[in-house]
Amino acid sequence: MNLYELTIQEALDGMDRGDFTAVELTADLLGRIGAVEREIQSFLTVTGELALAQAARADARRRQGDASPLLGIPLGIKDVLSTRDVETTCGSKILKGYVPPYTATSVKKLEAAGMVMLGKTNTDEFAMGSSTENSAYHTTRNPWNLERVPGGSSGGSAAAVAAGEALGALGTDTGGSVRQPASFCGVVGLKPSYGRVSRYGLVAYGSSLDQIGTLTKDVRDAALLLNVIAGHDPRDSTSLPDATPDYRTALTGDVRGLRVGVPAEYFIDGIEPDVEQAVREAIAQLAHLGAEIIPVSLPNTDKAVPVYYMIATAEAGANLARFDGIRFGYSAGADRLMDNYRQTRGEGFGPEVKRRIMLGTYVLSAGYYDAYYGKAQQVRTLMKQDFEDVFSRVDVIACPVSPTTAFKIGEKSDDPMAMYLADVFTLSLNLAGMCGISVPCGLDAAGLPIGLQLIGPHLGEEVILRTAHAYEQSTNFGLSVGGLAAASRRHVAG
Amino acid sequence: MATVDSVIDKYELVVGMEVHAQVLTRSKMFCSCATDYAGAPPNTRVCPVCLGLPGPLPVINRQAVEATILTGLALNATVAETAVFARKNYTYPDLPKGYQISQFEFPQCEHGWLEIEQDDGSSRRIGIRRVHLEEDTGRTVHEGSYSYVDLNRAGVPLMEIVSEAHIHSPEDAYRYLTKLRTILRYLGVNSGDMEKGALRCEPNISVRTLEQKNRGEYGAKVEVKNLNSFRAVRSAIDYEMKRQIETLEAGGTVEQVNMGWDEQNQRTVLQRSKEDSHDYRYFPEPDLPPVHVNQAWVEALREQLPELPDAKQARYVDDWQVRRTDAAILIDEGLVADFFEGAVAAYGMEEGKPQRLANWLTGEFFRLLYADGEGQDLRQIAETRVAPAQVAALLQLADDKVINQNTAKKVLEIMYATGEDPAAIVEREGLAMVSDTSVIDEAIDAILAANQDELTRYRGGEEKLFGFFMGQVMRATKGKADPAAARQRLQERLDE
Ligand SMILES: [Zn+2]
Repeated sequence: MNLYELTIQEALDGMDRGDFTAVELTADLLGRIGAVEREIQSFLTVTGELALAQAARADARRRQGDASPLLGIPLGIKDVLSTRDVETTCGSKILKGYVPPYTATSVKKLEAAGMVMLGKTNTDEFAMGSSTENSAYHTTRNPWNLERVPGGSSGGSAAAVAAGEALGALGTDTGGSVRQPASFCGVVGLKPSYGRVSRYGLVAYGSSLDQIGTLTKDVRDAALLLNVIAGHDPRDSTSLPDATPDYRTALTGDVRGLRVGVPAEYFIDGIEPDVEQAVREAIAQLAHLGAEIIPVSLPNTDKAVPVYYMIATAEAGANLARFDGIRFGYSAGADRLMDNYRQTRGEGFGPEVKRRIMLGTYVLSAGYYDAYYGKAQQVRTLMKQDFEDVFSRVDVIACPVSPTTAFKIGEKSDDPMAMYLADVFTLSLNLAGMCGISVPCGLDAAGLPIGLQLIGPHLGEEVILRTAHAYEQSTNFGLSVGGLAAASRRHVAG
Repeated sequence: MATVDSVIDKYELVVGMEVHAQVLTRSKMFCSCATDYAGAPPNTRVCPVCLGLPGPLPVINRQAVEATILTGLALNATVAETAVFARKNYTYPDLPKGYQISQFEFPQCEHGWLEIEQDDGSSRRIGIRRVHLEEDTGRTVHEGSYSYVDLNRAGVPLMEIVSEAHIHSPEDAYRYLTKLRTILRYLGVNSGDMEKGALRCEPNISVRTLEQKNRGEYGAKVEVKNLNSFRAVRSAIDYEMKRQIETLEAGGTVEQVNMGWDEQNQRTVLQRSKEDSHDYRYFPEPDLPPVHVNQAWVEALREQLPELPDAKQARYVDDWQVRRTDAAILIDEGLVADFFEGAVAAYGMEEGKPQRLANWLTGEFFRLLYADGEGQDLRQIAETRVAPAQVAALLQLADDKVINQNTAKKVLEIMYATGEDPAAIVEREGLAMVSDTSVIDEAIDAILAANQDELTRYRGGEEKLFGFFMGQVMRATKGKADPAAARQRLQERLDE
C-alpha cells in the first residue's frame, strides 16, 4: 500500500510505530502530486520545500516525545485562507502575487498541531462557484472522471484528497462549498456550525455564512481535524466561546434510538434517480442500524436560493471593496485614481465575481434595501425557526447533498441560474448556522460518487459525526481509501 | 451686508451640529494597534486589520464603548440596550476596507441634551440626537501630482455627537461647542484638540422665514466642513446665514450642498453638490455581534462620572460665593478647576477667600500661563512648577501684610520660574513689607526736601501730584512700604 493512500489516523499510527517518518510520508505525497497533478490540477501552489522542512521538524518533535495530534500529517489548504509568506490568491487574478504577512487562525492551529502544508488548493474565485470553473487559474478535474468537475468552491481540496494528493484538506463552506465537492469526489466533507471555527484569516465571501470545514477520507479524520481547528478565537468576535469536546469520542458506532428526520422538500423533481435511490437506501441503512426515521418538513427550503444570493452577495460586495489595487495584489497601474480603481477591478475580477458584486450592490441600494436585503433577513429567520422546530423532534436530518452527481466541465458554466439552483440542498443550513456533513453513499450508473448529507442542530457536530461514522462503518461501497485511490489511479492513468 | 441686517429679523437661523471626537483609548477601535500616531512615521501604527488586508476581522474596543456610554450619560442621553455596528460603504483611498464600520440604525446613546448659558445668565437646552461610535479614516497627503496615504489614523475610535437643530445663533453654536468640549475633557474621553483633528465640527446650516417656521418647515441645509476652530465655526455660520438670506432676498433658492470654509477669505466655498451625494448602502456588520449593555454596566459607569462643569460652577457660586463669570472661566478646563480647588483647600473657604484666589488665578496666573509654552492652552496648568498650595501660601502672605500686592505679583513670577515656596523667596529677596512708620517718615522727609517745587504746587491746590509723591515713596522703599501706612503718613505730611 502506498503511503498516500492512508487516512490521517493510519498515517499517525504508522509514524508512531516507526514504520515511516513524516519526511518519507511527505515525500510520498509530493511524489503522488508529481504523478497526477498535471491532470487533476488540485493545487494553485505546491509548497514542496516548506512541506519537507515542516516534516523534518515534525519528525524531530516526535523523537522528542511530542504527541501533537497532527504531527507530520501532510494537508492541503484552500487558497482563500491567508498563509504567511505563501502566496494567497483566492483563485483570483486580483490577488496574483499577494503574499500575506499573517496566517489564518485555523491554519495556525494546524501548524501548532504539527501539520505539514503541501500547498494551497484551487477554488472558484473568492469561493464563488460550485465547480472550480470560476478559478482565474485553472479548472480542477474530478479524480473519478477527468471530464467532470470536482464540485466547488473547495473543489481543489476535495479532488486533492480523493486523488491521494493530500491526506486531508481545509475547505470553506458558504453555501455548500465543502459538502458538494466532497459529495462529487467521494470524500467526507464537514461544515461545522457557524462560529465553531475561527474565520480570522479566511478571505471573506459571505461573512455571516462562511465557515471553515474539512475534507477527509473518512469520518474519523474529520473528527481529528475538527478537534484541532474548532474553538473560540479572540480575534473572531463571531466565534463561539463554548468548549470543544473531543469529537472522536462521539464516534461510538451506535445510532440505536437516534431520531433521523427526512425532509420532504429535499426529494423534489429534478433530483437524479440514482441520487435519490442511493440517499433513500442510506436512510434505510440508518433504520437498519436502529435509528428511527421521522418524516419532517422544512417549508421554506424553496426560498433558500434567492435568500442566499441576496445576503451572500450583499456581504460579498462590501467584502470585495478593499481590492482597489493600491495596497496589495494586482494593480492596473493607471495614472489616475478612478481609472486605476476601474481598470484594476475590471481586469482583476472574473465574471462571476462581478455578477455577485453587482447583485450585492443592488440589493442594498437606497429604495431596495427593505424589499430585498431586509426581506431576505426576515425569511432567513423563518428558515432558522424551521430548523429549530424540526430539531425539537429529531436529532439529525438526512437528505441528499446535491440533486446530481458531478457534471461535465463546461456543462453549466454558461448558465449561472442552473448552477445556483444546484445548491438548493446545501444553502439552507448556512443560512440557519447549522452544521452538516457529506458522507459517500454510493455511485451512480456512470460510476460517480453520491453523497449523503447529515444536518445537525447548531453545535450538533457530535451527532452528525456519530451518525456519519456509524453509517460509514456499516457500508461497503468500495469507497474505502484503497478504492478511492484505485479509482483515481484508473482515471488518471486512462 | 447692510441689506441683510435690515431683513434678518424675518428669518430664523437653524443649525444642527455634528461633532466627531477621537476617543482617548490606548488601542484602535477594532485592533490592538496603538493610537499614538501623532508624529509617528507614516504607516507604522498598522496591522492586517486596520490595513484592510484580505481576511482579518474586527474586535470591538471595550474602552471605546465605555467612553461613549459615559459621554451619553454626561449628556443626559438614553443608553441603548443594544447598539449595532453597520458597514457604511464608500470608496476613498484613506478608507482601506472600502467601508467604514459605524453605528447607524442602533447608536450607543440617543435623546440627550446639554445646557448653554446665554449673556443674560439664563440657560438654554440644546438637544442631542445621538452619540455613536465608529472608526476614523486614514489620511491622504497630497504632494505635487501624487497623493500618499497614511493609515496610522485608520481605525482610531471616533465618537459622533449629533445635536438636534436647536441652535439659532452663531454665538449659541460657539457656546454649545465649548460646553461640549469641556464635558468631553472632564470625562477624559477626548483631548479637545481641534488643530490636531481630535475634534471636528460640521454644522448643518439653514434659514427659514417665520411663516415657514409656523408651518413647521425647514430651509435647505448646507453642511460646512474644514473648520479648524470654534471661532471659525461661529464665523462660518454667520457667513452662511447671511449668504442664504441674501440669496433668498434676491429671489434665489438655497441649494442643499456641502461647503468648505475658506479661513483666509472668511467665506464658504462649494465642495460637493447633492447630485454627487453617496448611497452608503448601510447594512449590519456581520463580523461583529451587537453590543448589549445591561443596566448594571450602565450604573457602574454612572458611578465613574466625575462632577460635571455645570454642577461645579453652581458649587463655586453657591458655596464659595465666586462670581458667576469667574466660576465659568475656572470650570471651563477641568485641570484649572482641579488647581483652583486644590488652592481653596489650602487657603480656606472663608468669605472672600475663594474669590480672591479666583482673581489671582484668572489674572496673574493665567497671564504667566499664556506667556509660557505653546499658546493659549490652559491645560499647561497641570505641568507648572507651582503647586496649588503654594498659591494659597502666597495669598496668605499678602493677607497677613507680610508683602503687598505688587510684591506678591513679583513673588509669583519667581515661583512660576523656580517652583520655590513664596516665604523662601520673600526671605531671600528681602521683600517683606515695611510698615515701620519711622522708615517711611524718613523717606518722606527726603522726598519733600528734594521736591520743593512740587510741594508748593500741591499745597497750592494741584492735588493730582499726590500720586507723584506716592510713587516716589514706593520707589525709595523699593516697593516694600505698606501702601496704606505710606498713604496715611504722606497725606499727613503734605497737609501740614
Ligand atoms: Zn491595526
